[in-house]
Amino acid sequence: MSAPAADSAALVRTVTVDRARLVAYADASGDQNPIHQDADVARSVGLPDIIAHGMWTMGAALDVVTAYVGGDPGRVLSCQTRFTGMVVVPEGETVEVRVEGTVTKRDEDADTETIAITATCGEDKVLGRCQAVVRV
Amino acid sequence: MPINADYAGREYPPAGPFTVTREEIVAFADAVGATGAAHRDQSAAQALGYADVVAPTTFAVRLAQQCEAQLVGDPEAGIDFARVVHGEETFVHHRPIVAGDVLKGVLHVDRMREAGGNGMVSTRVELADDEGRPVTTVRSTIVVRGEG
Repeated sequence: MSAPAADSAALVRTVTVDRARLVAYADASGDQNPIHQDADVARSVGLPDIIAHGMWTMGAALDVVTAYVGGDPGRVLSCQTRFTGMVVVPEGETVEVRVEGTVTKRDEDADTETIAITATCGEDKVLGRCQAVVRV
Repeated sequence: MPINADYAGREYPPAGPFTVTREEIVAFADAVGATGAAHRDQSAAQALGYADVVAPTTFAVRLAQQCEAQLVGDPEAGIDFARVVHGEETFVHHRPIVAGDVLKGVLHVDRMREAGGNGMVSTRVELADDEGRPVTTVRSTIVVRGEG
């Protein structure tokens, strides 16, 4: 069985987040840290406002990689990131995160590619050294 | 309160079993905006060779964090949850997670130290199926922000 061709157009996307989505992510992931839902708690620990879960951002960004390999998560062998910036989600606003992936390495013997991802929110780079290895 | 560096090197007994449901996978896919049909539609997943709907690439964090709760929720470990921000995350997929999987996770505390007034805690959760075969290795570094 041959794998579907990788689709490089899938590697660019803008994803959006609002507070309702963070509540949905908290429930779906089980991460109920109040800094993602309660502005008073977030400010009390020195944050500017409610921030998105880093894992929400990683999950949203990594979907471009799954889309690139034909929507098959089984072809995503590994993925990693550093969390370098915060996605601040003010009350009543929808915040955009720009995601872009680039194939940086192709291993013909292993039949894999490495994809580097950038994710930015406004001027801030929110994921650092984000990459995934996929089976082509 | 500083983090307790004595916890470095600990390995916990297996947590779980966690039975992964379709509803959990769909809710996670919806929350992160995952677009693939195989996350929601069993026939689309079967077309890719899976028995049932298949989880997005970061879904394992749902299970890993339940394992990590053994450490994060332990008052003796000194981790103030409200001061925690996420530093790094890595997933190595030995195979994807599908609905119906029954998984257990073994939590390892790989590193626990103070750095620049913050606590740095690196954990590794080895998720395996009910026959002990590896499914996902989840590495996570959290930063416990100092009071300063």
